Amino acid sequence: MSTEVLHNNHDHHHDHDAEATSKVLFGFWIYIMSDCILFASIFATYIVLHGNTFGGPSGKELFEMPYVLIETFLLLISSFTYGLAMQAMYKANKSQVMLWLSITFLLGFGFICMEINEFHHLILEGNGPSRSAFLSAFFTLVGTHGLHVTCGLVWMIMLMLQLNKHGITAVTSRKLGCLSLFWHFLDIVWIFVFTIVYLMGVM
Amino acid sequence: MDHLFGKLSLAAIPFDELPAMLAGGAMVGGFIALVLLITYLGKWKWLWTEWLTSVDHKKIGIMYIIVALVMLLRGFADALLMRTQQAMAVGENHGFLPPHHYDQIFTAHGVIMIFFMAMPFMVGLMNIVVPLQIGARDVAFPFLNSLSFWLFMVGVVLVMLCLIVGEFGQTGWLAYPPLSEKEFSPGVGVDYYIWSLQISGIGTLISGINFFVTILKMRCPGMTLMKMPVFTWTALCANILIIIAFPVLTVSLSMLTLDRYLDFHFFTNSGGGNAMMYVNLIWIWGHPEVYILVLPAFGIFSEVVSTFSRKRLFGYNMMVYATACITLLSFIVWLHHFFTMGAGANVNAFFGIATMIISIPTGVKIFNWLFTMYKGKISFNAPMYWTIGFMITFSIGGMTGVLLAVPGADFLLHNSLFLIAHFHNVIIGGVVFGYVAGFNYWFPKAFGFKLNEKLGKCAFWCWLVGFYVAFMPLYVLGFMGATRRLSHYDAATGWHPLFVIALVGALIIFAGIGFQLLQVFVSVLQRKQNMDVTGDPWDGRTLEWDTASPPPFYNFAFVPHVNSLEPHWDNKQAAKNQAEQPKRKYEDIHMPKNTGVGFVIGMLAFTFSFGMIWDIWWLAIVSAVGMFAGVAYRSFDYDIDYYVKAEEVERIENEISNRKIA
Repeated sequence: MSTEVLHNNHDHHHDHDAEATSKVLFGFWIYIMSDCILFASIFATYIVLHGNTFGGPSGKELFEMPYVLIETFLLLISSFTYGLAMQAMYKANKSQVMLWLSITFLLGFGFICMEINEFHHLILEGNGPSRSAFLSAFFTLVGTHGLHVTCGLVWMIMLMLQLNKHGITAVTSRKLGCLSLFWHFLDIVWIFVFTIVYLMGVM
Repeated sequence: MDHLFGKLSLAAIPFDELPAMLAGGAMVGGFIALVLLITYLGKWKWLWTEWLTSVDHKKIGIMYIIVALVMLLRGFADALLMRTQQAMAVGENHGFLPPHHYDQIFTAHGVIMIFFMAMPFMVGLMNIVVPLQIGARDVAFPFLNSLSFWLFMVGVVLVMLCLIVGEFGQTGWLAYPPLSEKEFSPGVGVDYYIWSLQISGIGTLISGINFFVTILKMRCPGMTLMKMPVFTWTALCANILIIIAFPVLTVSLSMLTLDRYLDFHFFTNSGGGNAMMYVNLIWIWGHPEVYILVLPAFGIFSEVVSTFSRKRLFGYNMMVYATACITLLSFIVWLHHFFTMGAGANVNAFFGIATMIISIPTGVKIFNWLFTMYKGKISFNAPMYWTIGFMITFSIGGMTGVLLAVPGADFLLHNSLFLIAHFHNVIIGGVVFGYVAGFNYWFPKAFGFKLNEKLGKCAFWCWLVGFYVAFMPLYVLGFMGATRRLSHYDAATGWHPLFVIALVGALIIFAGIGFQLLQVFVSVLQRKQNMDVTGDPWDGRTLEWDTASPPPFYNFAFVPHVNSLEPHWDNKQAAKNQAEQPKRKYEDIHMPKNTGVGFVIGMLAFTFSFGMIWDIWWLAIVSAVGMFAGVAYRSFDYDIDYYVKAEEVERIENEISNRKIA
């Protein structure tokens, strides 16, 4: 009962950092799991509604696979470059972390631009979300993923600013770790979007 | 002007509707009186630094419960209006409420009682009790806890505001499409509904994650999962349900929002939409929600029964497994809310049987409580009254639930007053009785003095008798064919006498609520007589009774180490045969700093929702940018915690022990 009380204050502070990191990472995992359920509900809705084209075009007529494939590769490569950023973080090499984060940002930004362009074209051709239940579900599912990526990009800029100011510390590494989880998670969700929406759509 | 105020104009204020204006007037008057009182007493600074910006889980819990009690009054006023209308509106008489107003009232009653009375009551009790029971000094993410509270408050303010600015939904508490679509509900009522639930729902989701991490990561040394108090176990399971169920609510409301605002076709009649998709989604959230409310109530009863029977809880392990079992099962029964959808006999049979199976773990719990009381030295305090009342009432409600779980029977009883009687039977008998028991039980822990027993028991008897008088007639009415949500019926139905009896029951419950208010009022006046200086007024068994009442803001000067299920009880037994413990040296305690960011983000979420409801786009955009800036501000702020010096801890602890001697 009494041995734990004998820590000196220095250890005490150090313990606190480690404890906070474990709490935050665990909490962030749980958030991701709940986000997973959010996506699962939208996927379920998409699967139920994807045949309800209401006389409008189906996925087969709309999707341009080469374009989507390039999008997919941008996002997949960005996951890889984020991994390299984490490697640099473990080596405590700040400038390399910044470099890989910038590249990740550009790739992610490219992905979002391509997606907006795709949406823009669909809407111009009269195939916006109001056209049919299928397109409502399509725009919502792909758009929700895109919104997440956009949030990830803004978060990335914020972390780069903080990294610039504070360097690689317990706190900034923790935050980079959370964004890393988030970024890879979005990648996995995109794999499902690519498979269920696009691949199965054009089959 | 259109850009400046959107759809909002003076016409939004329902000057011609007397009940709405009276209620709204009372609300505005009360608010102004409160502002004047705080100003008169010069308490604004105190309110800001001690409460609004607090990240202390006990204070946040108290704020949740205060709001819950206020909303209980509002929701109950709606109930009385409905009962009065139905007791009057027979044959020639059309009552005093026009249908469009009556429809808003039953919608608001359901929404308020579930989201803004029961939920905050539960989250409030969890806030106050869980960290104390697991020997922690705060929750895992204190700032998020404050943010959750303020997001929840946005919902409360919106449903109160719609009384005087605009209207509320006329769709029933789950806003089924296509009725809730723009085509059939063009007003702002459904928008108020959507945004109040959406914002407060996100607050609840954050709370769920917060408490899940708190319970799994912050238990004091020695407290393994199977040494956790039962209330904490039920809170853990409720939080698992929140984490899994609430994202589905977010999604279904978002889709309805897109349908209404941007002409999407998820649930519309045209465009290939599918309204039953919404009904499925909302119940995938809605059914677990019922267990989110009732599981913590089960936990409270377990604590109360064991404390007041002076015995260990009978079958602790079984209680934990039963709770876990209910947690799992609650996800595979949602379809029993719409057997009439036409899913086919096999699907209905699956969901019907799954529903009936839930009664097994629940029955196990009832027997555990009974066996705990068996041969116990029971003291009949108010919490124990509520518990016994619960066991009888809830069992009846459970049995009518099993009846409804038979799809064939459900086809007849669906949408009837039998259903209304059933779920009030379990929600009042289970949830409300449970929370009130918890309120009486933990009140001294939160405030340092006990509640008046006599008035508490008067309140109990009024509630119990009132409940039976109000709801037993509804079972009968259901069999007679009365459907829910009727604002008028024919004299030839013969329903009138039963509706009058139901009104009498509601009035008896009203007296019960009066006694509860009186109980709090009188107890505050007589607090000197009922002071709890020991921190352990009921001869309790779990860790929350180990610290002072009210606990210091850091909860425990020394982090407790436990090696049994009932550490406080065992310590008391051990202390009887032991000399006094030697004094230990105090150390610095690490604590989070208060912050106003949660409050500010909450206020901005309110202006955002208001802008969205009334099409005031500039306000919505500015507020959204502001909310983002608030999050960014918090992210860039690295100065969020501090150490309470050992000398300060010593001073506070000495003060507490002096209180004991005096």
